[in-house]
Amino acid sequence: MTGPLPTRKSHRRLIALSAAALAATVMACGPVSYEIPIETPIQPKLDVTPFQRVLIAGFVAGGTDDVDTNQETVRLLRSQLRSKSSLRVIDADVMPLLEIAQEQSRATGTAVADASSATARESGAPQNVSDRDPKAAGQGLALPQKIREEKDLEPYERLFANTAYWKRIGEEYQNPLIVTGTVLFTPQSRSGFVSRDVEQYDSFGRRRVIPTRTYMERKGFMLRPKFVFIDGRSGATMYSESYREEVLYNAQQSTPALSSYFELMDRLVPNFLSTLSSQKIRGTRVLLK
Amino acid sequence: MQMRFLACVLGFAVLGAAPAFADARSDAKSQVAFGIDVAQKGLWKEAIYRWERAVEIDPTYAAAFNNLAVAYEHEGQLDKARRAYEKAMEVEPNNLQIRQNYELFKEINDRTAADKEKP
Repeated sequence: MTGPLPTRKSHRRLIALSAAALAATVMACGPVSYEIPIETPIQPKLDVTPFQRVLIAGFVAGGTDDVDTNQETVRLLRSQLRSKSSLRVIDADVMPLLEIAQEQSRATGTAVADASSATARESGAPQNVSDRDPKAAGQGLALPQKIREEKDLEPYERLFANTAYWKRIGEEYQNPLIVTGTVLFTPQSRSGFVSRDVEQYDSFGRRRVIPTRTYMERKGFMLRPKFVFIDGRSGATMYSESYREEVLYNAQQSTPALSSYFELMDRLVPNFLSTLSSQKIRGTRVLLK
Repeated sequence: MQMRFLACVLGFAVLGAAPAFADARSDAKSQVAFGIDVAQKGLWKEAIYRWERAVEIDPTYAAAFNNLAVAYEHEGQLDKARRAYEKAMEVEPNNLQIRQNYELFKEINDRTAADKEKP
């Protein structure tokens, strides 16, 4: 009558003991993986060791009139470099590169015109301006007064290839690294279907998130900067890099242009800094036993 | 008779090698464990030394290659990190944790490589 009871009891005890032994073994072995934070150092893209100082000269800027893109870009990059780079930032007036490029272009145009009228005088050809070779007269000209879109910026590119000009600027500031380029900050508006997660509750009060496609009109901004790095000793371009960032909001939302500008620049600044100084990228990895 | 003798010798050889392999793995494991301890204290150079010893002792130890890759990554030695990750993946291609580490590494490494290729 009492026979089977001790057997069942001892069986249970055996299971309990085995479980305890297994738990103890697992505890003794410890975990087999460990999450650990790491910081990966990334070398700068540009060798800036020959320079002690950097001049953020100015930018050929265009797009919306709501933001002075040249001023704001210079101010932002200078402050970032001051805190995150070993280069000394030169405090100088922001260069109005749009006007400088136009002046250079007019000067080139006048020189071309003078040269062509001298040639015409010698050959006895008509000296009327309209009779001049439009290609020759137009060389160096045709700079749009206002920059509204990307193609307006293209003629300004030759300013950065003017080594004599940049060498002179370099001499003026004792041969620093010069940062310049173009910045286009334009308003955007787009309409179309957008995928959004919508919360729904069923009859039992359970929450569900359902992806739904809705038609939306959106407004925002696009930022297209091109950073040009010039060797102040020679005036030659060392490196250039272009970026494109965009932000769109619901059309009913009113976001100031300046805050959108900073939001977009925030995304670009780490890339800009990684050109000049080494950066550390934080992350986590798993170590295994 | 001769065949039986050969089989015997082979059997003993296999049985003799097994404890040696177990010893090597145990040595490598203790190096790996020590490496983890010091890495957690921020002593990454010492950790690299330990994990390099571990993979020398046991070149089939995927975890040691993984840890070595992580340490190289932390030290900015990205080429060495890539090689170590590739070795770890070769030894244990189905280890999800190694694969995840490698994917995260590639994200950084590919970005810097793309930057270098730009004119």
